[in-house]
Amino acid sequence: MNVPTRDTQAPHSRRARITAVTSGKGGVGKTFVSANLAAALTRRGERVLVLDADLGLANLDVVLNLSPKITLHDVFTGKHVLDEAILPVVGGFSVLLAGSGMVEYSRLTPEVRDQLLATIEALTPRFDRVLLDTGAGISDVVLYTLSLAHDVLVVTTPEPTALTDAYATIKVLAATQGRRALLLAVNQSLQRGEGRTIANQLQLVIDRFVNPGLNEPLKLDFVGEVPTDPNVRSAVLKRQLLLELYPGTPAAAALLAIAGRIAL
Amino acid sequence: MPPLQVDAALSLLQQSGYPLPAAVVGSPEWVQGLIDALCQLSSRDALTGLANRRHFEMVLGREIDRVARAGEPALLLIVDIDHFKQVNDQHGHNTGDEVLKAVSQALLECVRPMDTVARIGGEEFGIVLPNCPPAFGPTVAARLRSNVERRQVTIGLSQQIGVTISLGGAFAPQWVRSSVRLWLERADLQLYNAKAGGRNRAVFEPAALSMVSAEEKGLLFNISEFGASAVDPETGSAR
Repeated sequence: MNVPTRDTQAPHSRRARITAVTSGKGGVGKTFVSANLAAALTRRGERVLVLDADLGLANLDVVLNLSPKITLHDVFTGKHVLDEAILPVVGGFSVLLAGSGMVEYSRLTPEVRDQLLATIEALTPRFDRVLLDTGAGISDVVLYTLSLAHDVLVVTTPEPTALTDAYATIKVLAATQGRRALLLAVNQSLQRGEGRTIANQLQLVIDRFVNPGLNEPLKLDFVGEVPTDPNVRSAVLKRQLLLELYPGTPAAAALLAIAGRIAL
Repeated sequence: MPPLQVDAALSLLQQSGYPLPAAVVGSPEWVQGLIDALCQLSSRDALTGLANRRHFEMVLGREIDRVARAGEPALLLIVDIDHFKQVNDQHGHNTGDEVLKAVSQALLECVRPMDTVARIGGEEFGIVLPNCPPAFGPTVAARLRSNVERRQVTIGLSQQIGVTISLGGAFAPQWVRSSVRLWLERADLQLYNAKAGGRNRAVFEPAALSMVSAEEKGLLFNISEFGASAVDPETGSAR
């Protein structure tokens, strides 16, 4: 099954690094982090595309205040070619939105699997970085999407429920995908250093309960924390990128720092 | 085209007990028959007649593709004869070979035609079972285990010896493109657990991976043992 593309491939043959962003629990700011991280990586000179891989419950369009005419749904159904669905946005990067009507794709059928794979394969020669913004939870669609990525960035908040779900996700990734390195970012930290503390604690639990069963230990790579910052709420409500609306705020600086840690 | 050099191939087949192609010598059918027979030969274990490791890894790779594409569950079992070294040491290598053949036969009797049984190491076997629901795994393993345990090998005039096996099982991750190496490692780890647990048993990879126990949660939230402000978030871990 082919996803039709126009012949507009980048002249060089290097392929994008695929980084998936996931969280376990929903509502931890995963899409907020994805979008602003994309903007931050763009500022570092990467050609970035964010793919809204939350097929059942997409909301990248909400975060970025977009109402696209053509979405991934139209590509999957063959109504439009991939290029028509790639949308340049304010932060200088591109997005590919799932669009409404994707509920039918929230189960991983062989067709969805093939479409998703073909789409990502068509994108990688044309960007330096493809960010996959996955859905919440650890459904088969999420796990499949994560399996396509070079790196997985787990986003959590200090909330116990978010931590538990992040830990469950890490366990599943270690067991089913053989992941031995995962990136971790902590959103909405309340005090400086809380993110590092949480990363250490997660690593401790992993060392105690997960790593003894693995041939090679799983290591978390803590890439930074985003402090709780009223500007974030304001930017989200205005449906704009924090990096565009409030550059220089603590949260914006933190996102730039995280981009620095994962930059190519 | 110069004449084909086939003497070595023919004598190899003959010596291994493979029938030579029936068609007219030198005809395309005959050459094809020869190639097919050589393929067969190169995918079999010489002692037991089971699939060999080369063939087994190919089957595993194909199965991973199928599971990723169709989502059907597939089980990999790694089987190891318990205390096989003792058999060799006490009764000699010929007896060891007889035991390997008997175990191979006992394993083959317990699986479906679509399953592949292979000898993948000295006394180690691999079985791949396509389309095997998780609930059936332990049943299949129990059947394999008891069938091997019942089997007796007669040595000399009347002495009989029997062996037991340990099994490790892992299901291919559905929908996900995994690798042969990883799948083998996962099953191998469970075999290790079966050995460590006392042998003559089957251990499967636990299914409820996403379960977080109370003990894990306890440790997860017990962050008091770390000073919250002790570490600078920007200067901590090295990438």
